[in-house]
Amino acid sequence: MNFREYKIGSRFFALALGGSMTITLFMPSLDIGSVSATDIAMDKQLWAGHESGFSLEDPLLLGWHKPYKVLLKADPKTGQPMEPTYAYVYEKGTPFPGGILHPDNLGAAAKKLSIEKGHILEANKNVGAVFMVKSDGQKQYYIENASATMGWTPEGVLKTAGDENIAHAAAGKSLFVREGCWWCHTLLPEQTQDWQVFGAPPMLGDFNGESPTAFGSDRKAPDILHVASRNASKEWMMLHFFNPRLVQPHSIMPRFDYLWGPVDANGKKIDFAKWRAEYNEYRDGKRITPPEVPMYASNSEIRNLIDFVMNLK
Amino acid sequence: MLKYLMARNEDIPPGSSAVYWGFSSIVWFVIGTGLGAFNAAKLAFPDFVTGLEFLSFGHMRQVHVMAVIFGWISMAFGMAMMYITPALGNTKLWSEKLGIWNAFLWNVGLSLGLTVLWWGMNSGREYSDFPWFIDLYILCFMCIPLGINVWMTIIHRKTQGIYTTNWFFAAGTFMISIVLIVGNLPEYFHLTGLTEAYLTWWNAHNILGLWITPVAAAIAYYTIPKVTGNPLYSHRIGHLHFWSVVVFYSTPAAHHLMSAPLPEWLKSFASVEGVLILVPAIAFVSNILMTMQGKWNMFVENLEIRFTVTGCLMAIPLNMQGGFQQTRAINWYIHGTGWIVAHAHLALLGFSTFLEAAAVYLGLQTIMKRKLWSLTLGNIHFWFLLIGFTTYWVSMTIAGLIQGAGKIYEVPYIDVVIAEHPYMIARWLGGSLVFTGNCFWLFNMWMTARAGTVIPQGRMPHELAYER
Repeated sequence: MNFREYKIGSRFFALALGGSMTITLFMPSLDIGSVSATDIAMDKQLWAGHESGFSLEDPLLLGWHKPYKVLLKADPKTGQPMEPTYAYVYEKGTPFPGGILHPDNLGAAAKKLSIEKGHILEANKNVGAVFMVKSDGQKQYYIENASATMGWTPEGVLKTAGDENIAHAAAGKSLFVREGCWWCHTLLPEQTQDWQVFGAPPMLGDFNGESPTAFGSDRKAPDILHVASRNASKEWMMLHFFNPRLVQPHSIMPRFDYLWGPVDANGKKIDFAKWRAEYNEYRDGKRITPPEVPMYASNSEIRNLIDFVMNLK
Repeated sequence: MLKYLMARNEDIPPGSSAVYWGFSSIVWFVIGTGLGAFNAAKLAFPDFVTGLEFLSFGHMRQVHVMAVIFGWISMAFGMAMMYITPALGNTKLWSEKLGIWNAFLWNVGLSLGLTVLWWGMNSGREYSDFPWFIDLYILCFMCIPLGINVWMTIIHRKTQGIYTTNWFFAAGTFMISIVLIVGNLPEYFHLTGLTEAYLTWWNAHNILGLWITPVAAAIAYYTIPKVTGNPLYSHRIGHLHFWSVVVFYSTPAAHHLMSAPLPEWLKSFASVEGVLILVPAIAFVSNILMTMQGKWNMFVENLEIRFTVTGCLMAIPLNMQGGFQQTRAINWYIHGTGWIVAHAHLALLGFSTFLEAAAVYLGLQTIMKRKLWSLTLGNIHFWFLLIGFTTYWVSMTIAGLIQGAGKIYEVPYIDVVIAEHPYMIARWLGGSLVFTGNCFWLFNMWMTARAGTVIPQGRMPHELAYER
């Protein structure tokens, strides 16, 4: 390498690539790092949990160690009815999201309130915790650790709410990543022209603490960031997931019947071969009605996925 | 080939590792395009192979992408580096043994990575879909050893200067390592939110811009002068190409997220830099086409030249699209549509694949000292690739324009799906043609190794007549 040109060349190379990385990495990091979390970001990171893609807590993306989003209609300590409110339940061993682990992510004002009024630093993964999104009355949102402020336990909240009010949305988001839903359904209404059909595009602070963001780039299907605002029917979702052609004959979405697992809600074995044979007869005009779609079990994967979709408001 | 894993470096015949890399790349090409055609069939006929989780579209789409990027394209690069780098330094490869281990570890790591990806273990980040332990493996056992071999060979060269191709090889292997470290920071350190989104596309953009595009071009800088016998038209335009790649191609990452809430200055900056990608593009294409002066008959007569020049010609529409489709004026219309899918295939299956295929054809014949077994099969491969790709590109571009129109006129999405159906069938047919062509290629190369005419010492493959 003892050739003068290459000494000059390698210094220029360092300058060029270093300059490029200064502008494209360092400078944006100052801007992006100073973004404060909105209430949407707080809600999202609390229901989705620490990580929805591959992680050591959930290596096969089966929905292990995920929080629950719970609709509470009664106080879990006293049993007294209360204004319906959402709580995010982290059972023992469930990793906390970015905003709890690194409150800087929330932005200065939310960090201060979350620590002083919300006591989030007292949350302990080995015990579990219940969180809520609160506002100080002037639209400054913060996270409250209800286990510290009100003594709510994860078990108590889950028991009080009952299964129908517990959304497995976090486990569902893992399925969204594992099953590659995001290869067709984006989570990013575009700023320029998607408002009318797919709803408002997300704002700057709506993503703090979310991982992965999974915007999607190759849209072959409707954007679903606000899908539950357009269609809130669980029954429609169930039919559509089992075989999209039941409700939309021209759909090219794959069937996700395998997410039902072996048995239905009554513990009865699902006969997929029979269902498909009968469906083929229906498609070919030999039957008037399609076969009945089995009701899914409450611990099936499709329940998680439907909970996730119904949570996209 | 595996017997050399335990041999002493001196006992391994020069070029062995290049042959290993070359055949591996062709096998991955067959696998990758086969998966692509299978996936395309599912988009055309959604009930084609249904009810099995592991054959569902969402599990296989990223396996196709990773198999062609890291299996076909990157292993063809490895092949080219293993034989072009020493040839241009008038020396031997620094370590054949490292080259063979590198190819072996590449195949093992990629098989493992694609298996876990297929299983559903992924990071949810496009173009860095692998979970972080596979990312680390790719960096440490695939890219860095390749870089070490290339750099050490260049350092131990017996020529004074370094030829254009080797600048790109050295810079490319260095830059891909940096890109894989920085681009995967969100997975290593659990960075979240917009940082994760932006770094995902910083990584994706730079894998294309600092690895695939420059290294593919570098191969053409070798193939065209070597086979035609013409010297490179301009060393100085080569300089312009090299430096403008480093400066302009490393900066527009944010133009992939033009409709996301990133800082506006970053999007504007990226968009301007994106147009400036035309500088290296025009420098490259003009340099290669001018080098062809007086030898245009070889565009018809010689398979390697035909592949390379076709690839260079495809760089023209590729960069015209690439330069302008990311500006705000156009991006709002085509963002997220099939247009982009067509553009991505123009880059990887059009431009870059044609250059790499030429390098693998030329390299395997040169090192094995065997003339290509069948020109007919070579021609079939070329035309199947070209017609298949063109069918794909035209149909997806039209589908993308339909989708864009549907988007801005707020047509119910299902009507877009219905309108796209014929183009999805065309896409599947095009992909199947590419896959079939590659099967012929694998067979042809296998027969070349076994039964190709021996090339006498001191002769180039193209100096011998084709026999079949």
